[in-house]
Amino acid sequence: MKRLLALLLVSLFTLAAAQGQLEIFSWWAGDEGPALQALIDQYQGMYPDVEVENATVTGGSGVNARAVLKTRMLGGDPPDSFQVHAGQELIGTWVVADRMEDLTFLYKEQGWLEKYPAGLIDLLSAEDGIWSVPVNIHRSNVMWYNPAKIAELGISVPTTWDEFLSSCSSVQAQGVTPLVMGENWTQQHLWESVALGVLGPDDWDALWSGDLAFNDPKLIKVWDTFGEVLACTNDDAAGLSWQQATDRVVSGEAAFNIMGDWAAGYMSTTLGLTPGEGFGWAASPGTEGVFMMLSDSFGLPKGIANRDNTLNWLRLLGSVEGQDIFNPLKGSIAPSFDSDLSRYNAYSQAAAADWKTNRVVGSLVHGAAAKEAFMSQFATVLEIYLSSNNAGSAANAAQAIASQVGVGQ
Amino acid sequence: MKLNRDRITAILMLLPSIILLGIFVYGFIGQTAYTSLTDWGLNPAQALAINPEIKFVGFDVYRELFTGFIDVRFRQDLVNTFFFTIFFITGSLGIGLLLAFLLDQNIKGENFFRTIFLFPMSLSFIVTGTVWRWLLQPRGGLNTLPTLIGLEPGQFRWLTSRRQIWQFNWQDLPYFTGLLVAAILILITVNSFRQSRRQRLIISLISLILVLAWTFSGARSVELLPYPETHGFNLAFIGIIMAAVWQMSGYTMALYLAGLRGIPGELREAARVDGAGEWQLYRYVILPLLQPITLSAMIILGHISLKIFDLIFAMAGADNATTDVPALLMYLTTFRGNQFSKGAAIAMVLLIMVAAVIIPYLWTSLRSEVKR
Repeated sequence: MKRLLALLLVSLFTLAAAQGQLEIFSWWAGDEGPALQALIDQYQGMYPDVEVENATVTGGSGVNARAVLKTRMLGGDPPDSFQVHAGQELIGTWVVADRMEDLTFLYKEQGWLEKYPAGLIDLLSAEDGIWSVPVNIHRSNVMWYNPAKIAELGISVPTTWDEFLSSCSSVQAQGVTPLVMGENWTQQHLWESVALGVLGPDDWDALWSGDLAFNDPKLIKVWDTFGEVLACTNDDAAGLSWQQATDRVVSGEAAFNIMGDWAAGYMSTTLGLTPGEGFGWAASPGTEGVFMMLSDSFGLPKGIANRDNTLNWLRLLGSVEGQDIFNPLKGSIAPSFDSDLSRYNAYSQAAAADWKTNRVVGSLVHGAAAKEAFMSQFATVLEIYLSSNNAGSAANAAQAIASQVGVGQ
Repeated sequence: MKLNRDRITAILMLLPSIILLGIFVYGFIGQTAYTSLTDWGLNPAQALAINPEIKFVGFDVYRELFTGFIDVRFRQDLVNTFFFTIFFITGSLGIGLLLAFLLDQNIKGENFFRTIFLFPMSLSFIVTGTVWRWLLQPRGGLNTLPTLIGLEPGQFRWLTSRRQIWQFNWQDLPYFTGLLVAAILILITVNSFRQSRRQRLIISLISLILVLAWTFSGARSVELLPYPETHGFNLAFIGIIMAAVWQMSGYTMALYLAGLRGIPGELREAARVDGAGEWQLYRYVILPLLQPITLSAMIILGHISLKIFDLIFAMAGADNATTDVPALLMYLTTFRGNQFSKGAAIAMVLLIMVAAVIIPYLWTSLRSEVKR
């Protein structure tokens, strides 16, 4: 009997060693599926014995995936590695809950500390550790336009919000929407570009370190400017997806749109436009020289079954080879400085050049700058502003939430 | 009570379902109730820890929900649910009753029409929501209908309009509640007067006077919030109500049709012999006989509307604040904001609202069964 048990145990062990598994949890389905699949194929080529399970939960920006992830983590069944927005979405939720392993050793082993900009490392770090490996970089503060339409309207691309607002009424008089906006989260997205433009990068960072209050007069000014910008937007915003908003710029119904640079992928790949001719771009007003980033990253949860396989996966994600496989397909750029730019399109090359030289700050809406508890309630703040049109009460609500969830602590 | 063989078998047969229900329904209700009295999620560091430190804080979370500065959205959601429930129930009952009367006229092809009217009910709310989302797009669907006859296309933003009507101040809530309770008490008083039940008449009369006195003296001075806060009926809900009524009115039609078929022909004959016209027949004979069906339909529709989630999720998304309801907010606070105790508190408020609809119904139906 004993021998039988021992035999059984030994065979179980060999089985586990021979097969080995890796479960990758992400929200990359649909358009982004091929990019993830290319990475998985690369991984399988390097480690053919490992059985990779691609667990995706659909829903843009991970709205559904994060809910599933939370129930799995609370239930004691963490996936081997999961996708999460780099920064506070990971740190404020999972690192503070002591669910992740510090990856500083991996950064030292692979020499990544020199390859990534310091601003990015800062966003990934907290409590004396670096907590995830970024696989891509998107830029949030980009203003898109249709060059032919801008010439026809006789305006130039604004570099400050005041400049934008002064041309607003003349554009409206020509029957064109000055700035097109989409559903709720794209309004928050616009807010963060306005806030960065009005505050500047130093005050923006101070906001998230807790050194600048949300009801400071500077923030009141942000809300007032935001209100003036809103007056230049379309009135059916809440019914449009971000793609439909982009379509209006392409068709010339609207002059400008502020959206992350996944819009470049949509316009060049889906709509077949040439970057620079079919569509143009600039840093959103007042943010020239600042790169508001967001990034998808993967971390190492505590208590997983296949730690070694996961470490190999993270090594692939952090390597320039892995990033150059993934990013051209996804339409983002590689975090790593030594990426091979010839594989990317004209927009991405320009973004990569900015990435190397610009000041890097984190995005609020896309999980880099603020804790999830703040981020999810920011919609309520926006709602308070939209229904009351009162900058003071929106600012006070934001401050109330910030002190409740402890922003900057 | 003797434990004979029969009893033991009965207990054994019931035991598994009692245990399962006890754990998986009532146990979890109890756990949610407990969670709602804690601070789980307030501190992000403890929200998703393996062994979170959870403090018992009593009814703090509830107080925050009903009077807190940043939970204004929850209060508007309650108002939304209130209006949605009223319009959804009246719409479904009215259209269902009308369709049932029409089909009851022994028309040709009755089976065909009955099936057509019932079909929407077989769809899931997600499918209904998706279809109606397309129909209600600002530049398509319903808004383009007027162009068919050469008019301008409609401009109404069905699901995203920010217009609000029937606004009232949240501060006045005690006053309105007082009026509502008074109205119910008046009904009870009138009924007991008619049935000449003296004891009930006296009690209800006294409480009516007390409630009225409080409503007109004290209620206005209760300060729920330190500042005025207006809520009202969001016009964006019209589209949601249309879709929900479209889906459920076929079902109420089927209920009413069954009720109509259950009314014996002799009763109609007798009424006609007594000289009742068609209108009088419906008003004095058929409608009163359909009353129990109306009540069951109201209960079924009422609990659907209080719990509504999937229809709105598919039609307008979870983030569209003008069409928000407590169930959606519960999902957002719990799974996006990690505020587990607040989510649990919203769940408990929903449970209490549904219980307020269901329990009186169960109570009366169980009691009448015993009487029989």
